Amino acid sequence: MKSVGVSIDRVDGIKKVTGQAKYVDDMKMARMLYAQVKRSPYAHAKILSIDTSEAEKLPGVKSVITGEYYKKRGGLYLEDKNFLAVGTAKFRGEAVAAVAAETLEIAQQAVDLIKVEYEELPAVTNAIEGMKPDAPIIHPDLGSYKVAPIFHPIAGTNISHHFKLRKGDVEKGFAESDYVTEHTYYVPHVQHVPIEPHVAVAQYEADGKLTVWASCQSPFAVRQALAASFDLPLNKVRVISPYVGGGFGAKAGTTLEGIVIPLSMLNCGRPVKLNYTREEEFEDSYVRQGVHIKIKTGVRKDGKILAEKVEYVWDAGAYTEYGVNIVKAAGLAALGPYDIPNAWADSYCVYTNHPVGGPYRGFGMCEIHFGLEQNLDMVAREIGISEVEIRRINGLRAGGITGTGQVLEDSGYQDCLETVVKEMDYDTPSVSPSPTKIRAKGIAGGWKSPSMPTDVASAAIIRMNEDGTFFLMTSGQDIGQGSDTALTQIAAEVLSVDPSKITIRTGDTDHTPYEWQTVASRTTYCAGNAVKLAAEDARDEILDLAQIKMGYGKRDLELRDGFVVHKMHPEIKVPISTFALGLTMPDASGIHGPLIGKGSFVVPNNMGFDHETGQGTKPVAFWTMGVNGAEVEIDTETGEIRVLKMVSCFDPGKVINPKLYDAQVEGAMVQALGTALFEELKLKDGKVLNKSFVDYKIPTADDMPELVVKVAEHAEPTGPFGARGIGEPVMVPGAPAIANAVANALGVRFYRMPITADDVLKALKEKKAQEA
Amino acid sequence: MKYQVNFFVNEEPVELYVDANKTLLNVLREELDLTGAKEGCGAGECGACTVIMNGKPVNACLVLAPELDGAHITTVEGLADREGNLSPLQEAFVKHAALQCGFCTPGFLMTATALLRENPHPTREEIARGISGNLCRCTGYKKIIEAIEDVAEHTEGGVRK
Repeated sequence: MKSVGVSIDRVDGIKKVTGQAKYVDDMKMARMLYAQVKRSPYAHAKILSIDTSEAEKLPGVKSVITGEYYKKRGGLYLEDKNFLAVGTAKFRGEAVAAVAAETLEIAQQAVDLIKVEYEELPAVTNAIEGMKPDAPIIHPDLGSYKVAPIFHPIAGTNISHHFKLRKGDVEKGFAESDYVTEHTYYVPHVQHVPIEPHVAVAQYEADGKLTVWASCQSPFAVRQALAASFDLPLNKVRVISPYVGGGFGAKAGTTLEGIVIPLSMLNCGRPVKLNYTREEEFEDSYVRQGVHIKIKTGVRKDGKILAEKVEYVWDAGAYTEYGVNIVKAAGLAALGPYDIPNAWADSYCVYTNHPVGGPYRGFGMCEIHFGLEQNLDMVAREIGISEVEIRRINGLRAGGITGTGQVLEDSGYQDCLETVVKEMDYDTPSVSPSPTKIRAKGIAGGWKSPSMPTDVASAAIIRMNEDGTFFLMTSGQDIGQGSDTALTQIAAEVLSVDPSKITIRTGDTDHTPYEWQTVASRTTYCAGNAVKLAAEDARDEILDLAQIKMGYGKRDLELRDGFVVHKMHPEIKVPISTFALGLTMPDASGIHGPLIGKGSFVVPNNMGFDHETGQGTKPVAFWTMGVNGAEVEIDTETGEIRVLKMVSCFDPGKVINPKLYDAQVEGAMVQALGTALFEELKLKDGKVLNKSFVDYKIPTADDMPELVVKVAEHAEPTGPFGARGIGEPVMVPGAPAIANAVANALGVRFYRMPITADDVLKALKEKKAQEA
Repeated sequence: MKYQVNFFVNEEPVELYVDANKTLLNVLREELDLTGAKEGCGAGECGACTVIMNGKPVNACLVLAPELDGAHITTVEGLADREGNLSPLQEAFVKHAALQCGFCTPGFLMTATALLRENPHPTREEIARGISGNLCRCTGYKKIIEAIEDVAEHTEGGVRK
């Protein structure tokens, strides 16, 4: 292959290094107004009154709105959310009113002039407490909310979804086990921290057309949500997503768009812009849900796991319109990439008065694997086998059965495990150069499937220009992961042209074709399949015309380097540009017209599952599996943990661009390192205490370990050129691999992320006291 | 009250009347339409707005506009030449895939440009420390460091030999 599997440069590289890539905040529009938001100072409070009169009097203020202005609820899977609070404010920082003004400064002043009277209500700040029968109820009308049929809110409680997985006979499995262990873990809230904060501009025009420029991952999903919320026909809503400065899930749904739209409707013709500050980003966009994890594992003395029972209680925040699906995804993946005959899982989505939980890279997987992979190490220790051996015994193989009862035709897990063991020289103990420092290695596996509905759709269109170059149009969004480049390579491969001959256009719902969402590590796979089909369609049209022009049968012709070539006589060739506008016949008449290929894709045979047991033939499109190794060094005097090396090996099916693959994996490992060692959204009584980069540290170049990226390719039969998605899965085993390495170094287990220097010092002190 | 400031941006003279509470970042983005420098935090913590001021990398969000009088500012728009030929660092960032979403990229390029002018042949550790004031959430930094190493090896202070 000439284009697929090749490390070409990013197609957006030059625009990004010159500062010429325009992000939403870089747009300056004539007569633009600026929006600001009034936010609740309480985690849970009844809104008694909102007085906007002083704000409205301020010169330069154009409009002030409250939740009363637009009361309709919306949401992706569960319609539980208002863009501005109605009746009660359900988390600290929730938007209760918004202002549009001539300048940002005036808008900020106006927000301060809005007076809100509240009556504080008891708050739920712990998900386990929130499940109890006497807990304050955050959504009293939950039973009447519109919900997608795969989710099951429990009316009169704070539980907006309960996912159940039941496989085999778990109690029998425990009874037959030689050793049973049970542990609990807690993973706190973290934030995605895209370097570009959320931003949107909305403009409403007198003919009823609404245009929204948003830093968003999924313009079609945003269009759908906004059209439904504001009762607009889809042909009157245009969502444009230009360059996006990182998303990681934070920009997957709708957040601030719903605030600027009503303001734009009150100021016909004038664009209204809202740009979140970093503080707002931490508290008011999306956060990763916290989760309480309980895992009970039963194992035979030969290392075979016979039974596993898990409970995940998700601290999902004030609105769970998106969060219910994370809870479902975690339930479907509840056991990790292991073949366990008897299993029982409950995954609960629980409302709390915390910031809104949303999709974050890994989508439930990074969280549950922190528990699963540590539990596995502990089980191995108890029965006296190595952490590698227990994974060899239980890791999924071809023919293995997943937790949801799916028989796998193939599995790359074991190859990944052996590759990491070799690359880490895992069986050779780490040697510390200093008596006050301890070094050790750790390992962890992980998996993820695209957590998407079974029938989601993708489309692509490819148009040939008169000179044989192409425009490729999709709405799979490049949010940094490199999909513009990968999709271009897929089209170039099919059409046998250099990727530079293809210009990709994305992210404009009026002009680029439908794409469900850019989430779930599904773009290379789903949009990639649509692109491949579109390119094949274009190729077919070219060959149809070529057989007339060239006088040879289509079966003997192929595309090669910009030409239609006779397979057996390559000297017989015609440039593909000949057919760009159709074909001119010998009598000078034309046929066919401009050449356009189209492709539509849905995942084949991706079916629903039984809602009582979670069992199904093929409830997910595919599983992406892999393993991480980590080597850490711990300073016993300061408690500081330094990650020296991380190794990743995953099964991506087929790597489309090795350079960009490595880049994705490296970024994921360092992001995982951040969550393992320092990231936590510190919440007290519903208040976020660390809303800045000073107080919420993310990894810097100084924290970067040696990063090694390996692959074990087992082609995905339904993927474009065998590819499956990797962007999220590759983050999953990072944090538990580090946690396992820390435990190996200290002989002490940590059941909570992040593992800080303070935790280490405390543990060392306790250990010393015990030994004494 | 407005302050008159005369300064240079990418070697072009600029004369402006600025408010005391405006920052260099406001001036670049709003007055001069140079939107390469990005606002990631507005508090000098992320480095996305890094530009070079009088030879030193600065967070443009922390420089007050009246301080600009007499200053020489280089932004990412000033790295390539007028015909669009990229600087060695810009080329290396593309070649090494040292960028993903690209939002932090202008800041990294400016920090790296200043770093190599000050220290033409830094060690890997010096590079890592030198760019540790710039946050990137996508790349994991490895490819950024490799791109800078590549330029350090093949140029003199980031300028083609």
